[in-house]
Amino acid sequence: MPMFNSNEILDTIHMIDQQHLDVRTITMGVSLLDCCDPDPKAACGKIYEKIVRSAKDLVRTGEEIEAEFGIPIVNKRISVTPIALVAGASLTEDYTPFAVALDKARAETGVNFIGGFSALVQKGMTPADERLIRSIPAALSETELVCGSVNVGSTKAGINMDAVALMGRTIKDLAARTADAAGFGCAKLVVFCNAVEDNPFMAGAFHGVSEPDRVVNVGVSGPGVVYHALQSVKGAPFDVVAETVKKTAFRITRMGQLVAQEASRRLGVPFGIVDLSLAPTPAIGDSVARILEEMGLETCGTHGTTAALALLNDAVKKGGVMASSSVGGLSGAFIPVSEDEGMIAAASRGTLCLDKLEAMTCVCSVGLDMIAVPGDTSAETISAIIADEAAIGMVNSKTTAVRLIPAPGKKVGDMVEFGGLLGSAPVMPVHPESSADFVHRGGRIPAPMQSLKN
Amino acid sequence: MRAIVTVIGKDQVGIIAHVCALLSQQGVNVLDISQTILQEYFTMIMLVDASQARIPFAQLVKLLEEEGKAQGLVIHAQREDIFNAMHRI
Repeated sequence: MPMFNSNEILDTIHMIDQQHLDVRTITMGVSLLDCCDPDPKAACGKIYEKIVRSAKDLVRTGEEIEAEFGIPIVNKRISVTPIALVAGASLTEDYTPFAVALDKARAETGVNFIGGFSALVQKGMTPADERLIRSIPAALSETELVCGSVNVGSTKAGINMDAVALMGRTIKDLAARTADAAGFGCAKLVVFCNAVEDNPFMAGAFHGVSEPDRVVNVGVSGPGVVYHALQSVKGAPFDVVAETVKKTAFRITRMGQLVAQEASRRLGVPFGIVDLSLAPTPAIGDSVARILEEMGLETCGTHGTTAALALLNDAVKKGGVMASSSVGGLSGAFIPVSEDEGMIAAASRGTLCLDKLEAMTCVCSVGLDMIAVPGDTSAETISAIIADEAAIGMVNSKTTAVRLIPAPGKKVGDMVEFGGLLGSAPVMPVHPESSADFVHRGGRIPAPMQSLKN
Repeated sequence: MRAIVTVIGKDQVGIIAHVCALLSQQGVNVLDISQTILQEYFTMIMLVDASQARIPFAQLVKLLEEEGKAQGLVIHAQREDIFNAMHRI
């Protein structure tokens, strides 16, 4: 008897070589709360210095782990304290220089993205929050790989409709400023309800105030592995489907946990969480939509899609939760349209529409993600889409998000290319009827009842 | 440090000898070997001890990969931990 199990070893090798198994990201969270300064230049200097000092070994360590364990680690990223909380102490109106400092630190450390040009305004906006949001169009269009997010609602606070209205205009402005790149700036901006403080995934990652000074969070992936596993149980009842997904998710997550612990040990930074997400890529065979279709749907978006996604999302969590000592972040199946080969195909055929995607977000992580809409979509319509999505998150006590790209000059049926992991998106139709009067009311939608649930 | 070396490719004379020579040149000790032919494909799995290796493990991984490529073989070397983590509770 050999001292190893050949089948298990070959299984793992096949998952990595043929089924796109990877660790999607090692994200280091860095607190910037000690970088406040009345002088904005001094604050930016402190921010740059602290990030570079904290994360200087992150990329090298990630690459070492990748080589030694033979598991691809696609992204190394940094998340920071929401900048509105840090920049608020500085005497300045424009927060763009803070984004520039983040981008400089990102380039120096060599990470793929840096996130945290963010504000949390679910209950109300401080002057600093408002300045940050008003700086977003300049900040995200003038920097390369800085991501921003704004939390506009929560189950406990309700939905800040003034912020929702402002975000509609902000997204339009950002799209206009990055019109040459089909509104690419909007791919770096997420509007959240119930944002989490330990999310390692972009564009919505930020380092929450309740987190330690530094922390390592890991996001796993593996739609291809789940898809492959389901091909072996064709026609079996759903109990079998769920069990198969659970077992696969367990293995994927164990690998993520190993990488997280190893990164934490080598960097001397505490391990935070493993995020149990199925994050697709535009590569063939790495699609969440194709998993749903493997369950027996002719195409993603047809009747049954929401139920299939609910099963998938739940089974991934059940399988993954036992495999990690600490689970957090967004933890669920992602459905970013432009980043998922099967979603792109379904949306291009017109079988997957915005309304169905909205329904799907009720049962999965995270929301209306990486969706291109016509360039002439009004700010109010975008705000109304945000409000709908935030309402789903608020009422169901879950994170929801909106990352829409109103691609300038593009109309329904056009294709928008973002490249790389961000993929390409068919421009999807929105309802032409106005929601302007609804959005212009402003104020706050009160927090929902947490009992008498029906 | 223990690692798993897998060698997959079209069967040919001398694969085991070649891989073992490479490993011994780098001071890597072979602890166990399993080898079969699966659908005309040569598949070998080795458990090795790389704690006395003359080069860093990441370099050994690269060396094996490149040497394998030259012979039309896919050679992976990975720390044993990853397989234990994925398949053992």
